[in-house]
Amino acid sequence: MQYAAPETTAEATRLLADSPGTARVLAGGTDLLVQMKFGGLAPDLLVDIKNIKGMRDVTPEDGGFRVGAAVSGAEMGEHKAMRALWPGVVEAVELIGSTQVQGRATMAGNLCNASPAADSVPAMVAANAIARIAGPDGERDCPVQDIPTAPGKTSLQKGEFITSIFFPARPDNASDAYLRFIPRTEMDIAVCSAGVSLTLDTNGTCTDARVSLGAVAATVLLVQDAANALIGSKLDDSALEALGAACSAACNPIDDKRGTIEFRRDVTAVLAKRAAKIAQSRAGERS
Amino acid sequence: MALDHDTKRDFKIIGTRPLRPDGIDKVTGRAQYGADQSAAGMLVAKMLRSPHAHAKILSIDTKAAEALSGVKAIITAADFGDMRKGEAMNVRDHIMARDRALYDGHGVAAVAAINEATAKAALALIKVEYEILPHVTEIADAMRPDAPVVNAGFVQENAPKGYSENVVSAHEFGHGDLAAGFAKADKIISRTLKTAATHQGYIEPHACLASMGPDGRGELWCCTQGQFYIRTLCAEILGIEESQLRVTASEIGGGFGGKTTAFIEPVALVLSRKAGHPVKMVMDREEVFKASGPTVSSEIDVKIGMTKDGRITAGQAELRYQGGAFPNMTNWLGAQCAFAAYDLEAVNAIGINILTNRPKQAAYRAPGAPMAIYAIEAVVDELCEELDLDPLDVRLKNAARKGTKSSYGPTFDEIGLVATLEAAKIHPHYAAPLGPNQARGLSCGFWFNFGGNTSVSLGINFDGTVGITEGNPDIGGSRASISMMAAEELGIPYDKVRTIVADTNSIGHNDVTDGSRVTFAVGLATIKAARAAIKEMCKRAAKMWGIDEDAVIWEDGYAKPAGQNAGEFEPLSLAKIARKSANTGGPIAGHHEVNADGAGVSFGVHLVDVEVDPETGFTKVLRYTVFQDAGKAIHPDYVEGQMQGGAVQGIGWALNEEYIYGADGKLQNAGFLDYRIPVASDLPKIDTVILEIPNPGHPYGVRGVGETSIVPPLAAISNAVSRAIGVRMDQLPMSPPRVLKAIKGAKG
Ligand SMILES: Cc1cc2nc3c(=O)[nH]c(=O)nc-3n(C[C@H](O)[C@H](O)[C@H](O)COP(=O)(O)OP(=O)(O)OC[C@H]3O[C@@H](n4cnc5c(N)ncnc54)[C@H](O)[C@@H]3O)c2cc1C
Repeated sequence: MQYAAPETTAEATRLLADSPGTARVLAGGTDLLVQMKFGGLAPDLLVDIKNIKGMRDVTPEDGGFRVGAAVSGAEMGEHKAMRALWPGVVEAVELIGSTQVQGRATMAGNLCNASPAADSVPAMVAANAIARIAGPDGERDCPVQDIPTAPGKTSLQKGEFITSIFFPARPDNASDAYLRFIPRTEMDIAVCSAGVSLTLDTNGTCTDARVSLGAVAATVLLVQDAANALIGSKLDDSALEALGAACSAACNPIDDKRGTIEFRRDVTAVLAKRAAKIAQSRAGERS
Repeated sequence: MALDHDTKRDFKIIGTRPLRPDGIDKVTGRAQYGADQSAAGMLVAKMLRSPHAHAKILSIDTKAAEALSGVKAIITAADFGDMRKGEAMNVRDHIMARDRALYDGHGVAAVAAINEATAKAALALIKVEYEILPHVTEIADAMRPDAPVVNAGFVQENAPKGYSENVVSAHEFGHGDLAAGFAKADKIISRTLKTAATHQGYIEPHACLASMGPDGRGELWCCTQGQFYIRTLCAEILGIEESQLRVTASEIGGGFGGKTTAFIEPVALVLSRKAGHPVKMVMDREEVFKASGPTVSSEIDVKIGMTKDGRITAGQAELRYQGGAFPNMTNWLGAQCAFAAYDLEAVNAIGINILTNRPKQAAYRAPGAPMAIYAIEAVVDELCEELDLDPLDVRLKNAARKGTKSSYGPTFDEIGLVATLEAAKIHPHYAAPLGPNQARGLSCGFWFNFGGNTSVSLGINFDGTVGITEGNPDIGGSRASISMMAAEELGIPYDKVRTIVADTNSIGHNDVTDGSRVTFAVGLATIKAARAAIKEMCKRAAKMWGIDEDAVIWEDGYAKPAGQNAGEFEPLSLAKIARKSANTGGPIAGHHEVNADGAGVSFGVHLVDVEVDPETGFTKVLRYTVFQDAGKAIHPDYVEGQMQGGAVQGIGWALNEEYIYGADGKLQNAGFLDYRIPVASDLPKIDTVILEIPNPGHPYGVRGVGETSIVPPLAAISNAVSRAIGVRMDQLPMSPPRVLKAIKGAKG
């Protein structure tokens, strides 16, 4: 096995593209190293991206933020302005693992590991975050929801990797929230989860919303019907009921050791409703 | 010796909280655990395990693996001795499959190689041909007359008829006229309750270093609760005499009963014998879950009758326990514990053991009792709810006390149940207000406590300090408690005494650290060993003074003349006598060997408040208080630690822990992600109230405290959750999907 720690994006893409065997990007390694130790994964090449310039920066851009692919959960958590703008995204990232894991784990790694239960992904999808991808043919941008294609699979091509994730600007009276259900209080994997991002007008009526669900299908779901249930409402009980029903209907979960289909359908609706209320109150505080 | 029957009541050291002797070693990493020993020329061992729940092994081809460079030995069941009965055979066959793999993870072959990578590569080269057989992992399925037979030949005479050969034994306890008892009841409730198999969840995986010499003599270093029992098992399995094998217990990273038997040690020894090198073997976590000894799962039918004013008129239970592919005694223990907390005129409990295609169960704190008492206490609580009675008053009304003929036969001596219940009743926790979706649950708990074979040796060093050699691995603070008891008895400061756990050649036999026996039995032997040393020191003082030995007494660390008639002499300190001992007859030591009786049963009561999220079924434990009779708390920190630890493990058992088998008979959650033990943030502070009702069988009144505390949490939490959601829960764990389903079911 080869290990490389290039200092430029170009060098990293070249290494990844030229590798004849299995090549893997190494960010925090909190998924990758576990898979190598216990899951039988044995890559021929590891390309550590942490030494590439800019990869660990959170940079303001067009009123939003561009988050480098190697920024850890702990670094995100300490970024006050990012937290103020996208609190739901930051809270989702901060749910990952423990203090130790937070010191390493990245959002891009969470995304590219392509687990349907990844915590930051529903929040990023609700935020309409855009991943910037470097590859042998240059750079391209891609909405986060189009990166994972199936459990463990992404749409990235050979030689490509994510260099940053962009979170756009948003009006003052807008906010987001993310909730997951786990049987314990931490160090666990989401049985189901929901991210809600919304914008209110001055009357408190919802003018825009994005609702995403995790761990209830092969990839994270962006549920338009659920967003529609909120838009035009003040998140009264009937709007929340409609939101919940839309989420339950959109779920396509499996029965497994972590939860039944019935449980996931029911609790997804509960989480979406609760997340919507939290996002609403946060949006109110920002206006 | 007159001192023998003294029951001490005024203590100087007992009841204080000195620093633990193993603390610094453990936090600095100096402590040597199972995997921390190495030897020159050491090989690394790995096991090949069955991927099937039940399969005939048609052939094992090890040729390609043997040819791999760096592979030094490969063994299968054929390399083990051929003994054909007894527990050692069961242990051997649980470790390594003979002609059939009996559970997912059952060992099939083992490799010793120059390093782990080579050993793993060799495993991949071993070809095993299996013929898959029908399997059975659940109790009801295994009992059916036409069920696949898991392991033939274990059916005992007392096994109930009409079932498959998997139903191997039954033990019945009780007294009185059940029909007459139930006829007196105003309300009778019958229910079937189920508990899942759980794992002890010790953090340190099994690990050992084995070395067999060409002369047939062996050394074994391993992580165990009982080096003497490991020696017995390994010697039998290897067909050698016990004197040929020395076993040293490492420092231990948790055991809870799960390290009372062997899982890897015989394999490492046989590999070492074959390879002619020392062999180190360490289980990974998946192996620990699949191929060590989880606890039994259970299905329990309970029927209890009660009068309107809360008197239990009769109680009956049938307890069905599966503990894997080999027989066990948990049914015998569980049936005895079920109704132990109550003074009953009519009671009957029968415990049945059923074999399944799962790993062989091992002890887990109070084996058999948590499930049994969960079932009984859940039904008692339901009766209290139905009859609108205070659940603590009902327990008090029916509580066993001194003179009660227990449900399992013996008549109780001094016991602490009533005092424990009364302490709970006046505690502020019992009266604290509750909010919406919150409720309070409680349960009694019981454990027998064991005594058993014990040897202790105590040496008085020439400089006046004391060394104690004992043979029970310290899993709960016993080294501190033993040093404290010796210091108390000798009248010297605690820090003058050092206690070590010795190997099998350095002290007489000691039974396993189990049954909450160590502080009781080793403590008792230590006190007697100290008294023997005191007797000798009095003799030396008499010699130094030139008076009669009977004219010397021992007080607060000094030999003194017994009275004016004995003469006027300056008292002699222990240190002074020690310094002169070479000239007064040689080194001074005391020792004591005993098969200790009179362990003294222990009762506890747990109070718990929970809040259940009605929309998700999530249970949050808000407040928890443990009340337990310790007889005498030698080192209260450790006693509280045992009480808290039992409560926490019980919370895990009640809420999330569970062995989950798929339809294919394979274990689906062999890791700490999906086998959910509680994490720190799941728990409130566990409050403790120690009661001290002295055990007449111990000089200081000690009762074991290590096991009773895991018994009440299951029912206490189940009762609290049931009251919070208004539906009686009858199955553990009460994972959120199960609770939410119950809530929805009640809404219709
Ligand atoms: C104890 C523990 C607890 C955990 N708890 C949680 C949890 O609560 N919630 C949760 O969602 N996850 C959890 N995880 C999983 C893991 O920590 C997260 O998925 C984390 O975000 C992964 O980030 P990383 O930087 O460590 O990724 P890595 O392990 O470095 O990489 C993960 C995968 O993504 C690829 N990759 C990484 N970066 C890039 C990139 N820039 N471009 C392309 N491909 C890339 C890698 O090649 C690899 O396949 C936990 C893990 C552990 C060990």
